[in-house]
Amino acid sequence: MHANNGTDPHAIGTKLPAPEARYDMVVVGAGPAGLTAALAGASEGKSVLLVDENPVPGAAMGNDVPLLFGGRMTTATQNAERMLETVFMSEPMLEAAMEAGIEVLLGTSAWGVYRNGTGITGLPENVVALADKDRGWIVGYNELVLATGARDLAIGFPGWNQPGVMGAAALERLLAHYEAFAGKRVLIVGSHDFALETALLAREKGVEVAGLVEVRSAPQGDAALAEAVRAAQIPFYLEDAPAEAIGGIDGVERVRLRSGAQIDVDTVVLAIGLVPSIELIDAMGGKRVLDGARGGYIPGDNAGVTCVGDCAGLADTGFDHVEYRMEWARELGKLSQPDTIICQCEEVTRADLLGVQPPRYLDRPAPMQARSLDTLIQDGPPNPDQIKRLTRAGMGVCQGRRCRDQVAMMLAMAANGPFGSVPLATHRAPVRPLPLRILADWEESEDMRAGWDVWFGIPTQWVPYRDIDTPREREHQTAIAEGWSL
Amino acid sequence: MTYVGMPTPSETPHETMAKIAGTAARMKVVIVGGGVSGLSAGWWLARSGAEVTVLDKGIVGWEASGRNGGGASHYQSPLFEEEQRMWPHMDALLGYPTEHQQERLVIAVSPKQLNQYHYLAKMNNDMGYRVDLLDGDQVRAMVPLAGDNCLGGMHYRFGGHANPQRSVQAYAWTLQDLGGRIVQHSPVTGFETEGGKVVAVHATSGRYECDAVVVAAGPQIQGLMAKLGVEVPLAAARAEMIVTEPAPMMPIGGVDGNGLYGRQTLRGNLAYGGGPHEWLETFEAGPPARPSSPLTRNLARRVAELFPKAAHLNVIRSWAGIVENTPDGRPIIDRMKDPENVTVVTMSGVGFGLSPASGHAVRDLVVDGQCSFTDIKKLSLSRFDGIGADWREQRGWQPARTEIAA
Repeated sequence: MHANNGTDPHAIGTKLPAPEARYDMVVVGAGPAGLTAALAGASEGKSVLLVDENPVPGAAMGNDVPLLFGGRMTTATQNAERMLETVFMSEPMLEAAMEAGIEVLLGTSAWGVYRNGTGITGLPENVVALADKDRGWIVGYNELVLATGARDLAIGFPGWNQPGVMGAAALERLLAHYEAFAGKRVLIVGSHDFALETALLAREKGVEVAGLVEVRSAPQGDAALAEAVRAAQIPFYLEDAPAEAIGGIDGVERVRLRSGAQIDVDTVVLAIGLVPSIELIDAMGGKRVLDGARGGYIPGDNAGVTCVGDCAGLADTGFDHVEYRMEWARELGKLSQPDTIICQCEEVTRADLLGVQPPRYLDRPAPMQARSLDTLIQDGPPNPDQIKRLTRAGMGVCQGRRCRDQVAMMLAMAANGPFGSVPLATHRAPVRPLPLRILADWEESEDMRAGWDVWFGIPTQWVPYRDIDTPREREHQTAIAEGWSL
Repeated sequence: MTYVGMPTPSETPHETMAKIAGTAARMKVVIVGGGVSGLSAGWWLARSGAEVTVLDKGIVGWEASGRNGGGASHYQSPLFEEEQRMWPHMDALLGYPTEHQQERLVIAVSPKQLNQYHYLAKMNNDMGYRVDLLDGDQVRAMVPLAGDNCLGGMHYRFGGHANPQRSVQAYAWTLQDLGGRIVQHSPVTGFETEGGKVVAVHATSGRYECDAVVVAAGPQIQGLMAKLGVEVPLAAARAEMIVTEPAPMMPIGGVDGNGLYGRQTLRGNLAYGGGPHEWLETFEAGPPARPSSPLTRNLARRVAELFPKAAHLNVIRSWAGIVENTPDGRPIIDRMKDPENVTVVTMSGVGFGLSPASGHAVRDLVVDGQCSFTDIKKLSLSRFDGIGADWREQRGWQPARTEIAA
C-alpha cells in the first residue's frame, strides 16, 4: 500500500484556474432583452459584461449553428469586419450600452457555465466560459443573465437535407441583422405568429413570399397578423404540408405539396416553432420545465441565474406550441420515406433511427437487423441519449440542433406517449462547436501541468500482475509515475 | 485473427464457448449492475446455460461503462491474455458490432513522456508482448495528424479499442437473445439470505430468486455489500472526456499519449480524456449528476498538442463519468465466503477493455469456485482486511468539499 500523507497530487484540488476577470453582472445575448437587462444593471452602478455571438463565424453558419441557416447566406457573411459593423448598426441599443459603460463583446459566444454543486466542488468560483475568433477564456460573475433567445425547430421531410431549407429565426437573422439572405422566393411552413411575422418581414425586405403552408385548417396566429398577410396577397395553403423539396446542385428549386401543388421557390422556411435556447442552462445542470404554451422546455428556477426574453419561454398566448409541432411531426412523418434523412450530420435515415441501426460503416448481422425501437422500448422508456449512442443521430457537428427535437418527437410517438414522456437529450458544454486551439487553455497553471495524469494517478494500478509484491514493483511504480506530469 | 505481438492462444474462443455450454444449466443467477462487467459476466453465464437476470438502477451501460476511452490493451492485468484472445472474436460471438479495432500507438511530445514510453515498451517486451519503438518520423508516417513536436512513440503489436456504448449494448442484446432477462430502472433494495446464501434479491421491480449473485454495481457495490455485512473499500471520482467533429481517418485509430487516453472513432471523431479527477461522495441511488468542468480546456490543449494538424477541428461535446477505485487501483474479482454464493467484481476504473476476460473469470468463480485460465488470487477482497476506516483520508481521496445533493 502506498501512502500520500493525506494528499492526492493528481486530484483536481485547486488546479482549475480562477477567472481572468470578474463582473457584477454577465449578460449573454445582446438582443433587446439582454440589452435591457444590461442597461438596468449598469444604471445601478454594476460592472456589466455583455457578450453576443453575432456575427457568427461563417463556418459555424455552414453547420447551421446556432440557427438553421440552410446554406442561404450570402458570401458577405465570410467578411468578419463587415459583418461586425452590420450587426452593430442593426441594434441601436448597442451604442447606448457602450455609452453606459457596459463592456460589450460581439462575436463572442458563451459556451459553458460552470458552478459548484452536485458532482463538482473543485471550482474556485462559478464561471462563464467564453470564446471569440481568437481564444477562449473564463470570467466570474455575481449575477448571470441569459438572453440567448430561441432557435429554429426543424422537422424533416423528403428533400429537407439540401441547401435552401432553413429556419425562420435564421431568416430573420439574415434579413434584419446580417443583410445577407441569398434567397429570392420563399415558401413558409407554418402559420403561427412567428411564421406570419416572418412572411411580412420577408415581404418588407423585398423577398417574394410564395405562400404559407399550414397543416391545420386555418391560420394559427394572431388574426390581425393573418389579415395583414392576406392583405399582402400572400396565399395560405391550408390542410396541406410539404411532401418534397426538389432541387439541384444549388439546393431547393421547387416544393411539391401533399395536395399536389408545385411551387417554384429557392427557399423553404420552417416556421413551425421556436425552441427556447436553454443549452447553457441544461449543460450547467440547471433546472428546466416543460411548458407547451411557452415553446417547450424552458428554464426552471435557477439560483443566481436570470433568464430573459425568448430563452425564458415564448410569450404565452394560450397556444400549445408542443401540440402544434407534434401534429406537424406526425404529418411530415407520414410524408417521409424510410430513406428520408433525420440527422443530417451523421446521415441517419428515418428507417435507421426507428430500427435503432448502426451507421452504414458497420456491419448489420442478423441479430442487429432484428433489433428496433420497438424491441428497445420493451426494456424501458425510450431515451434519446441511448438512441443517439446507437444510431449516432444527434452526434454530429451541429450538436443535434437539426434533429434533437424531431428525434424526441419521433420517440414519443413510437412509445405512444406525450412529448414530455421522453427525456430531453442532454446538452453538454461546449454548447457551440469550437476549435481545439480556441478552446485550449494555453496558459494553464504549473499546478495543472505538474499534477496531470492519464488516469487517477495510482501507480500500483499499472504494475504488471506478476511483479506485484516483488522487488520490481517499486521500480515500476516510480518509472510509471514519473512520466505522468508533463 | 490474432495479434502478432502475443503468444498464440491454446484454444479459440469458440472452442471455449463449446466447452462451457451447459455447465451451469438451470442455475439461476442474478447480476446486480448492468455495466460492462456485469453484462459480460451475464453473457458468459448465459453461454454456460444459466438463467441470468441483470438488474440495473437505470439503463445498461449508462455510467462509466459507456463513458470511457474504449481501450483494450491492459498488459498489467492477469486477465490481459484473455482480453487479447477474446476481442478479435467479440463481434462474431456477440452478433452485434462493437467497432473493435486492433493495435495501438502511444506518441510523445515531451522527453519525459518519451522516457516513460520507452520504459513501458521494455516492460512489455520483457513479458513477451511485442512493442516497437518509433522515432518522430516513423510516427508522422503512421499518424497523419501528428506534428513536428512529436518526439517518438511506441507501437503495441497487440491491444486495440472498441466503442464502449455499442459494446455494452451488444452484451445486453446478446444476453437477451440467449434467454437472459435485463430489467432496467430497477435498483436493488436488499438481499434475502438463508443458510449462508443469498436466496433472493429484492429490487424495486420485484423479488428475484437466485442460486448465485454477482454484484457488479460500480461505486454502488460498497453500499450493496454493506447490506450483506461485507465491507468493500471503494472511492468514486469524476473523470472527463471531450470529442471533436470527425477528422480524416488515420490508419490506426488507437493513438494516444501526451497524458491522454482515447481513440479516433470509426466515424473519425477524436475522443480523449485524462487529467485530474475529482473525488466524490457515493450516493446509494447512483450519481445525481455527471458534470464536466473547465478541464475541457486543458484536454483541448493536449489534444491539439498531440495532433497539431487537427487543432482546427471543432470540439462538439464534453462528458464525465463517475468511476470507482479500490485502494490500490486493482480490481476485486472474488467470491465471498459468507454469503458464499455472492461474487463481487469491480475493475477499479479499468473495466471496459478487460470485460470479455472479467466476465469469464466471474463465470468461473460462480460456476466452479475458481478461475480456470489465470491466477487472480491477488485480486481478492481479503487484501484489504484491516485497511482502516480512514483509508480515503490517508490517500487524500475524500471529496474536497461537501456536495450539494440533488
